[in-house]
Amino acid sequence: MANLLEVKDLEVSFKTHGGEVQAVRGVTFSLNKGEVLAVVGESGSGKSVTAQTIMRLIACPPAVIKNGSIRFDDRTDILSLTDKQMEAVRGSEIGMIFQDPMTSLNPTMTVGRQIAEGLIKHQALSKSAGLDKAVELLQLVGIANAKERANQYPHQFSGGMRQRVVIAIALACNPKLLIADEPTTALDVTVQAQILDLLKELCDKLGSSILMITHDLGVVANIADKVIVMYAGKVVERGTARELFYDPKHPYTWGLLRSIPRLDTDDTMDLIPIEGTPPNLLNPPQGCAFAARCPYAMDICTTRQPEETAVSESHAASCWLMHSQAPKVDHGLMLGGANR
Amino acid sequence: MSEPILQVNGLKRHFNVGRGQVLRAVDGVTFEIRKGETLGLVGESGCGKSTIGRTIIRLYDATAGEVLFKGRNVHQMNRKEMRQFNREMQMIFQDPYASLNPRMMVGDIIGEGLDIHGLASGKERRKRIVSLLETVGLTAEHANRYPYEFSGGQRQRVGIARALAIEPEFIIADEPISALDVSIRAQVVNLMKRLQRERGLTYLFIAHDLAMVKHISDNIGVMYLGSLVEKASSQRLHENPLHPYTEALLSAIPIPDPQVEKERQRIILSGEIPSPISPPSGCRFRTRCPKAMPECALLEPELREVEPNHFVACHLYH
Repeated sequence: MANLLEVKDLEVSFKTHGGEVQAVRGVTFSLNKGEVLAVVGESGSGKSVTAQTIMRLIACPPAVIKNGSIRFDDRTDILSLTDKQMEAVRGSEIGMIFQDPMTSLNPTMTVGRQIAEGLIKHQALSKSAGLDKAVELLQLVGIANAKERANQYPHQFSGGMRQRVVIAIALACNPKLLIADEPTTALDVTVQAQILDLLKELCDKLGSSILMITHDLGVVANIADKVIVMYAGKVVERGTARELFYDPKHPYTWGLLRSIPRLDTDDTMDLIPIEGTPPNLLNPPQGCAFAARCPYAMDICTTRQPEETAVSESHAASCWLMHSQAPKVDHGLMLGGANR
Repeated sequence: MSEPILQVNGLKRHFNVGRGQVLRAVDGVTFEIRKGETLGLVGESGCGKSTIGRTIIRLYDATAGEVLFKGRNVHQMNRKEMRQFNREMQMIFQDPYASLNPRMMVGDIIGEGLDIHGLASGKERRKRIVSLLETVGLTAEHANRYPYEFSGGQRQRVGIARALAIEPEFIIADEPISALDVSIRAQVVNLMKRLQRERGLTYLFIAHDLAMVKHISDNIGVMYLGSLVEKASSQRLHENPLHPYTEALLSAIPIPDPQVEKERQRIILSGEIPSPISPPSGCRFRTRCPKAMPECALLEPELREVEPNHFVACHLYH
């Protein structure tokens, strides 16, 4: 499969009065055509900053892109494009879905015109042709009476319907890549199920890839082919969804899986939380960022950063426990699937 | 089995939204909670679950119906009785950023209840605050800090310490973990469970995260558009959901297991929750219900016990 997106050694910092916040500290990953890649992590782990940097939506200053490259569709580095060149990519080849459908639409513009805006700009459609296409797109994302709805304003739509409109805007120009930043977090579960189904169906139909940012491991299991787990601005583990859920290697991934209850099992035992809080990225720790919260931390963890160790072609983790001389530890996890 | 500590009978709370329109946020809800148990209340946004919590503790007046706490009608208490009631029932709020006064030190936030009820002063007050901070996993030095110096999970601990300060018997927790990160949620839930074991607390736990509610609750009530559609023990509700809405809700929740997700049959509901200003006639769920029958439009189903401790409001079971 061909690479659609290749992010390499990306480092992004924010200059603040208190010093430099190192939000993204060397992130590398790739996304193939037609694939869904989920980025998992807590608030402040750098997942949204990574996505916004790919879209070049990040304000510099205060942000500084210190290092790295982002290759999209086998072409030049996105980071070296001029603003004008980037405008041609954004919205036309990369679409974006934001978390909050209440605030990501323009309240003073009809929904149809908002969808047509990108088409008129990028595909040089006439205004009326753009509006016709907008109606088609509304039908595609499952909005009934699309013709009338296109003339309505966002406040006349419910939350789930607005997110459908946002998806229609993102898909308007048939983008090769869709970046979805917590697209279902603001929605109710029954509506979330509808939107996840819609995203999967549309990607099959249109062949787009999705970069999906989420903190909900259930959503990851539902939609993702591949997963990267981020912690304190770094990728700590990467793999296929199955590898991550059935054979996780990093203690942070174990911690995440242990701290959530499952609806389909009868566990009355206490959940095992990850004690403590994430480190302050104004002054990130010298060694592994997770060491302070890690029950398996060794001396070396606090002094030296672990290298990424491969488990298989698709699976790797950055942890000193992977070292050949490290002690074997039992993560005590009841893993899903066949083991349940 | 222990006595019910809280009884809610036919509770209604309507809001006037202008132009003669009435929003029926809670529209006739009946349930009871026994001492020492946790009742989880789940449902989607706008179903009225938070309004129920706020009406029980009398942050809102009831439009109709009654709330009996240890047999006393909460909404008919006078000032003196309310003062006593406030000592017995406390609340933990959803947003740990908005529910703490940013200009008060954490020690004073926790101590405010002690001051109001005259429970402790001077050295004794200080001692109680430190012991409360330690109970929720913070330390004595945190007492002299302001809320902005704390992370979300720590603030929620402060909110819990404040609720515990006056040693209530009953705590209403309104989405206490939804603003927190996944790895922090388990810390707060475990803390609440431990406190319940140690102090025999009774909880009304309001949340939309059904997996977490199932984990912490003895019984679960499912709400839809202002009414309680099903109530059962958490295990039974999951094994044998009877109401079509409960079935759909359970099937919509993604499970963190790729194989299970791939093989699961989902009931995808069409449409979204109708407006509580003009709810559908008869059963409120009928407009989205895959099993709706003609009679569902005519008559509102009553909540009935179909097996011991399993109540459902649906014409399919009548």
